[in-house]
Amino acid sequence: MSLSRSDFQVISDWITPNSSVLDLGCGNGELLSELSNSLGVSGYGIEIDDKNISQCIKAGINVIQRDLDLGLSDFDEDSFDFVILSMTLQASNYPHRLLSEMLRVGTEGIVTFPNFGNISSRIQLGFGGRMPITRTLPLEWYNTTNIHLCTLKDFEELCEKLDIEILERRAVSHSNKTGPGLKLFPNLFGEIALYRFRSKAIDSN
Amino acid sequence: MPETIPEGSIGLVKSSTFHFDQPLALACGETLEAYELVYETYGELNSARDNAVLVCHALSGTHHLAGYYSLEDRKPGWWENLVGPGKVIDTNRFYVVGVNNLGGCHGSTGPKSINPETNKPYGPAFPIVTVADWVESQSRLAQKLGIDQWAAVIGGSLGGMQVLQWSIDYPDRLRHAIVIAASSKLTAQNIAFNEVARQAIRTDPAFHDGHYYEYDTIPERGLRIARMLGHLTYLSDDIMAEKFGRDLRQESINFDYGIEFQVESYLRYQADSFVGTFDANTYLLMTKALDYFDPAASSGGNLSAVLAQATADFFVLSFTSDWRFSPQRSHEIIRALHDNDLNVSYAEIKSHHGHDAFLLPLPQYLSVLGAYMERIASECKK
Repeated sequence: MSLSRSDFQVISDWITPNSSVLDLGCGNGELLSELSNSLGVSGYGIEIDDKNISQCIKAGINVIQRDLDLGLSDFDEDSFDFVILSMTLQASNYPHRLLSEMLRVGTEGIVTFPNFGNISSRIQLGFGGRMPITRTLPLEWYNTTNIHLCTLKDFEELCEKLDIEILERRAVSHSNKTGPGLKLFPNLFGEIALYRFRSKAIDSN
Repeated sequence: MPETIPEGSIGLVKSSTFHFDQPLALACGETLEAYELVYETYGELNSARDNAVLVCHALSGTHHLAGYYSLEDRKPGWWENLVGPGKVIDTNRFYVVGVNNLGGCHGSTGPKSINPETNKPYGPAFPIVTVADWVESQSRLAQKLGIDQWAAVIGGSLGGMQVLQWSIDYPDRLRHAIVIAASSKLTAQNIAFNEVARQAIRTDPAFHDGHYYEYDTIPERGLRIARMLGHLTYLSDDIMAEKFGRDLRQESINFDYGIEFQVESYLRYQADSFVGTFDANTYLLMTKALDYFDPAASSGGNLSAVLAQATADFFVLSFTSDWRFSPQRSHEIIRALHDNDLNVSYAEIKSHHGHDAFLLPLPQYLSVLGAYMERIASECKK
């Protein structure tokens, strides 16, 4: 299996075979294709971009053209085993609402995002005094679609507020390398943050 | 008139007719003892007979999807933009079938046809047929053509409603359902537009309660108004502004009721070209079929429940500026489809052409539909 993005590998490790998946912002459908081919996963992708829609249809995956900021009201509660949001949270208008929506329609959520607390970002902003441009955040401040950047700490604080229980956390480098530095100081060395989580409400049942 | 057949066109085509003796029990309770369906086919049915595609037509459509009847023919078939060799619905790979629906006025049995019981045209006595009746008659045509299962059934607008009905009534007889700019039921606003069109026809003194054939006349004025009203609802405010704006035909206004604005001239042209080719009783019947369509009605309005019978893979498309069959209507359909865990993809095409966009060669429309048809073609045996 060779996946073009470093977070895809971790996501496929987390997904249970033959489960149902909703992939929010599924891009060209690469992850869903892979999950469907190697794990027998079924489900849908949601995507807004015209070119990506054509690519998804070519790839033979189920894709629904929709703006995620309009919410997931077309999906019933608990329709999916997993709801994936890979490298899209930071580009959404209402990340907090989207997280809650994910756990309304799915049992578990998986989120990946570029870690703004990464050392390179800190140096560029702290010492250079300029908005960081990194391998995971390659665009200028004025043309980036990433409007809600956060760090691991920020994300975990939001989860606490939203009664979300984090089941698993990874921080990886852009090339999916992991090492002792990343394990000890994920918020400093992690370039991409990955979380698997569910609603705390489940425990109280 | 094309001097030569344009490149990419299927070229010269002919229609055929099947006569059916098996009585057809209709939703309204009446029975058609015998009837004819006129149809056209393009491309070749492969030996596995698994590459057949049915295209269902909309209100004013016909069985003539593509190509020309002769070199003197002014216009090609209504979906020439999409159907032909190497086109999105590729006649080199698919065996494409177009059929004129029952109640139509282009060759299939309808109000204009002679009623064998009276030896006069049916006129208003022709029963109001429904989308389900059409699907039943189309399924019989499929049998005659040796098609056990369609690779895809495709349709826009009222045609898309037939696709939905196919997926419910004959789930194992189609592999893909392509529903374009359609709805699972009309809104009150939509029914209201249809009623105004019907009133225009029915209050025309030349209508003679639908017996105008016997008076050797047609309710031309009513049909013209119906068509003008319909046509303008198929466009968007934006496209009308872009096409016509407030442009005048002459340099200044005349303070009279002649044709002054370009848009008035356009509407009259649309009406002119329609009255010569379309039967008023068929127009009434087709709008009723639209109004009545509501497959979920039998399940208390639960579309998910009625689509639980469907097994086809779906591709649903809508157009952003289509306010008669808005994207919202397509959202309702896909919601019901993924409630049933069916394979479904959905594309919302950005266009300012209104409802009529489904007839046009818009790049993103051709791209996604082409990609989907490619996938269907790759599943067919060679």
